[in-house]
Amino acid sequence: MQSFKPVPTNPELYSHSSFYFRGDDTQTRFADLGELEHSATVFPLDDALDLSPSSIFSLKANNNNFAVVPNTLHYATMNTGPGCLDLGSTLSGTGGEQPYMYHHHKGTTSSGNNGHFENWGDSAVAEHSQQTDTSTDIETEDKNHLRGAQHGALVVVDSNSIEQANGRTGDQKALRRLAQNREAARKSRLRKKAYVQQLENSRLKLSQLEQELQRARQQGMLVGLSGDHGHSTVGSGALTFDFEYARWLDEHQRLIHELRSAMNSHLVDNGLKIHVDSVMTHYDEIFRLKSVAAKADVFHMLSGMWKTPAERCFMWLGGFRSSELLKILGNQLEPLTDQQLMGICNLQQSSQQTEDALSQGMEALQQSLVDTLSSTTHGSTVSADVADYMGQMAIAMGKLATLQDFLIQADLLRQQTLQQLHRILTTRQTARALLVINDYFSRLRALSSLWLARPRD
Amino acid sequence: MQYQKEHYQAESWGYYMPVRSMHMTDPLERVGRLASKSAVVIFSVSSCCMCHAVKRLFCGMGVNPTVYELDQDPRGKEIERALMRLLGNSSAVPVVFIGGKLIGAMDRVMASHINGSLVPLLKEAGALWL
Repeated sequence: MQSFKPVPTNPELYSHSSFYFRGDDTQTRFADLGELEHSATVFPLDDALDLSPSSIFSLKANNNNFAVVPNTLHYATMNTGPGCLDLGSTLSGTGGEQPYMYHHHKGTTSSGNNGHFENWGDSAVAEHSQQTDTSTDIETEDKNHLRGAQHGALVVVDSNSIEQANGRTGDQKALRRLAQNREAARKSRLRKKAYVQQLENSRLKLSQLEQELQRARQQGMLVGLSGDHGHSTVGSGALTFDFEYARWLDEHQRLIHELRSAMNSHLVDNGLKIHVDSVMTHYDEIFRLKSVAAKADVFHMLSGMWKTPAERCFMWLGGFRSSELLKILGNQLEPLTDQQLMGICNLQQSSQQTEDALSQGMEALQQSLVDTLSSTTHGSTVSADVADYMGQMAIAMGKLATLQDFLIQADLLRQQTLQQLHRILTTRQTARALLVINDYFSRLRALSSLWLARPRD
Repeated sequence: MQYQKEHYQAESWGYYMPVRSMHMTDPLERVGRLASKSAVVIFSVSSCCMCHAVKRLFCGMGVNPTVYELDQDPRGKEIERALMRLLGNSSAVPVVFIGGKLIGAMDRVMASHINGSLVPLLKEAGALWL
């Protein structure tokens, strides 16, 4: 039993990607195929064909007879580009070099079709039968696999005209091959079904995520707007702060950029003062935002998840260390008057001491929390135990509330350090200090990105 | 005795002290009296961690503050209430007095330390000798 003979005049026939729709790229082309009417098209590998609901074309195999009757088919709306179905002539094959045929057509088809081609070729190679009593099979299977307009359409043939051609019976070998072919087709249909299902799920998930994002953005915008009025009652949660922090950072970069250009253009001190003051005021804004967020979600602020990883690593109580700030500045503020030098030294010392005091307070907090949570009660009754437990939880809750206080104090320390610096230094020196500080943190953030993107061995 | 000291205490309250009635058991008065006894006075509660931080701050500077733990005082509750009214804070403690003068809670102490006014105050009150 031969497979169908190659029909050189219709190279594109087998490149029709409707045979297998593994890739979805060629499907749109075949939307027009719905207009195709029935015809008798006989293929040996009809089982391998995935037929869509709009398909009116079933490809039946017959003994040595692969006939595509194109006359009644309209392909007027079809593209005539490669990979399109062109049934301009009858295809009849009685076997022959299947592999050859596919190979021949490979070059003329798009890559999407190649895949289909090969699939068909694979199952075709397995079968060399034209035996078909599969018209019913195909139709039932068609119904089982009716799915949306994803498939290109191959028209289902009016079975009446086919039955006549199906008179002959094959022998056992042919039957077996046919069955195998059926199996393969079925499997591939199932695979395709699963793939489409997966795609649909992902699409759903994506739209859900987009909705959530939209909602969160709106919520953040609302808070950002109402925050100007001095209160943000609209659930200032972690997400809101993250959003506002990102916005603050962008604005900060812009102000710093302006400051830098003002510095470089050697403005008189008055002009520079405006830029310096605007940066300082902008710093006040972030501290205000942080204090609001600390009351809303203290653990998020303490976790520093709104910072980049490197920043987070060197974080202290929800932000940068004031004493670090002065070390960053180092010698970059030269020349300093004696008074300024002393002021800087005192600032260094006092910020260090305050930091230490707050750190020790935090340690005491943690210790007392440990004590509270780890104390075991040996009550006489279960209810007494429960009462003790509840009591201890209440105490622990009270202790946790003081976390907010510490966070707020730490932010105050940062703010006051910056303000004192501004007081000690001249305008130009403050400008330089702000630029240096910004450079440091920008580099730290860039370091984070580089680290995350590094090639892993 | 209280009446004689009233004048001195009114002065030491400065900005914060409204004219108060001459009541013997007035908690605020008692506060004032205690505050003027030592150079640095801290009103605290033994379980409060912010109070602990304030204490450590002063100790770190080499100052030896006098600490009154209000939870160990029989009349501590009224003093706490009075302090809360005085400062308008949600929590009464810690409250720091230096040289009989009210400084405030942790935020005030911190602010004055950072802007450099704390050390001169301490030296003036005789708590620091450096």
